[in-house]
Amino acid sequence: MSGQAATLSGVRAEREQVTTRPVRRRRRLGPGKPIRFGAFIGPLLLLAIWSIGSAAGWLDPRILSAPWTVVTTTSDLIADGRLQSNLLTSTQRAFVGLGLGIVLGTVLALLSGLSRIGEAVLDGPIQIKRAIPSLALLPLLILWLGIGETMKVTTITLGVFVPIYIHTHNGLRTIDSRYVELAQTVGLSRWTFIRKVVLPGALPGFLLGLRFAVTGAWLSLVVVEQINSTSGIGYMMELARTYGQTDIIIVGLVLYGVLGLLSDGAVRLIQRRALSWRRTLAD
Amino acid sequence: MATHAGGLTLSKAVEVRGLIRSYGDRAVLDDLDLSIAPGEFVALLGKSGSGKSTLLRALAGLDHDVTGTGELVVPENVSVVFQDSRLLPWARVLDNVVLGLRDADERGRKSLEEVGLAGRENAWPNELSGGEQQRVALARSLVREPALLLADEPFGALDALTRIKMHVLLRKLCAAHQPAVLLVTHDVDEAIVLADRVIVLDEGRLVAEERIELAPPRNAADPLFAAVRSRLLDALGVSL
Repeated sequence: MSGQAATLSGVRAEREQVTTRPVRRRRRLGPGKPIRFGAFIGPLLLLAIWSIGSAAGWLDPRILSAPWTVVTTTSDLIADGRLQSNLLTSTQRAFVGLGLGIVLGTVLALLSGLSRIGEAVLDGPIQIKRAIPSLALLPLLILWLGIGETMKVTTITLGVFVPIYIHTHNGLRTIDSRYVELAQTVGLSRWTFIRKVVLPGALPGFLLGLRFAVTGAWLSLVVVEQINSTSGIGYMMELARTYGQTDIIIVGLVLYGVLGLLSDGAVRLIQRRALSWRRTLAD
Repeated sequence: MATHAGGLTLSKAVEVRGLIRSYGDRAVLDDLDLSIAPGEFVALLGKSGSGKSTLLRALAGLDHDVTGTGELVVPENVSVVFQDSRLLPWARVLDNVVLGLRDADERGRKSLEEVGLAGRENAWPNELSGGEQQRVALARSLVREPALLLADEPFGALDALTRIKMHVLLRKLCAAHQPAVLLVTHDVDEAIVLADRVIVLDEGRLVAEERIELAPPRNAADPLFAAVRSRLLDALGVSL
């Protein structure tokens, strides 16, 4: 005890002679303040290197065309209407496939989510289908459906319906059972239950699935358009490959990128609108 | 399981005879009898696990996974208020109130006005406080003009001050709508303040019953109040 008291008074004695110093700002260890328009710096730098490389003649135009060639090629393609018509064909294919896939995925998710028989019959095969990349089905689809539009749209549809199904089904199954109980106590009919509880409850899952589906639709499109196609952006690029026109290939790549970004942005906009009830929580 | 009295005018709103409910081998309700008169407010007290929620769920027709026998008669029109407000987060307040009703917007608005939420029809449930959400749940129940209102610890999740306000509101609403009420609670004071009759459930049987004849406003400082409370606490196995 007395020993402890002695150390305590020793500590106190030390405390009484604290050396002081003016406050120094501590060195910051985090990454610091964000840079304005920082997201653009990397791409612009890449563009600059590309431009300088082309201008200095370090980049063989047969390997990679100069940026300005790509721009003039784009305006040429627009001028003779090739770009528009190919873009239209591609977009049509993507949208038809996407539309069919969304309907198929949603209907299957409802059937399998709302009835045990539906789940027993449907869920297994769809999970198996999910394990097979839809592009691996191409040889079979070409044998069955030929190389026409049906095959292309079918391939896109098969790639689209899986994420829609998975996420909608998951959304359905994770609806709080307390809401189901509520629906029972207020005596909702089955149809009203689906309309007022099931569909809005599964909407967040569905929209997440839609984002994957949109990306998947463009991916499938790229592949099907490079196989025995006579129109579309992929065909335009494939043709350019045969003639070694790297400028046209790059125009195609940029187009795919823009389309992907635009459609993802559109889905996110829908998401924000449709889930505004959640905004008070999330934002 | 519940037998509905279609079109009959009854002198009893609820009639329970020989009700047995068990989960596996464990009997939760053991040969229980209970009747509630129309317009009567009954509070059901009990320790956790005494079977009070099981009884309420049996009356609400929500006991799908339970085995049991017995006779259950309830009115055609039964409403349930849960401990959580159970509002659909994706439906606006008014849509929650009139959920499943046809052309009932006007009645829904009136019902919201009754619970003091006029003007909040278009709010999302997440924008309301816990007390307000529970008031919407009350409006949702009462807009259906139930002959029997089942309430499962409806104020259990609210803070003490909000709870007092909700007691006043519930008394007012019950006076206006005159449903028979079965309120499950673990709060002895709440039971005495609100109910015409308090019953105590223990191990699946009713072990005590108190008719509360105190004039409102019922005050916990009243010696009669204190006497009732100590008898009820005794029945609940809590000795002070």
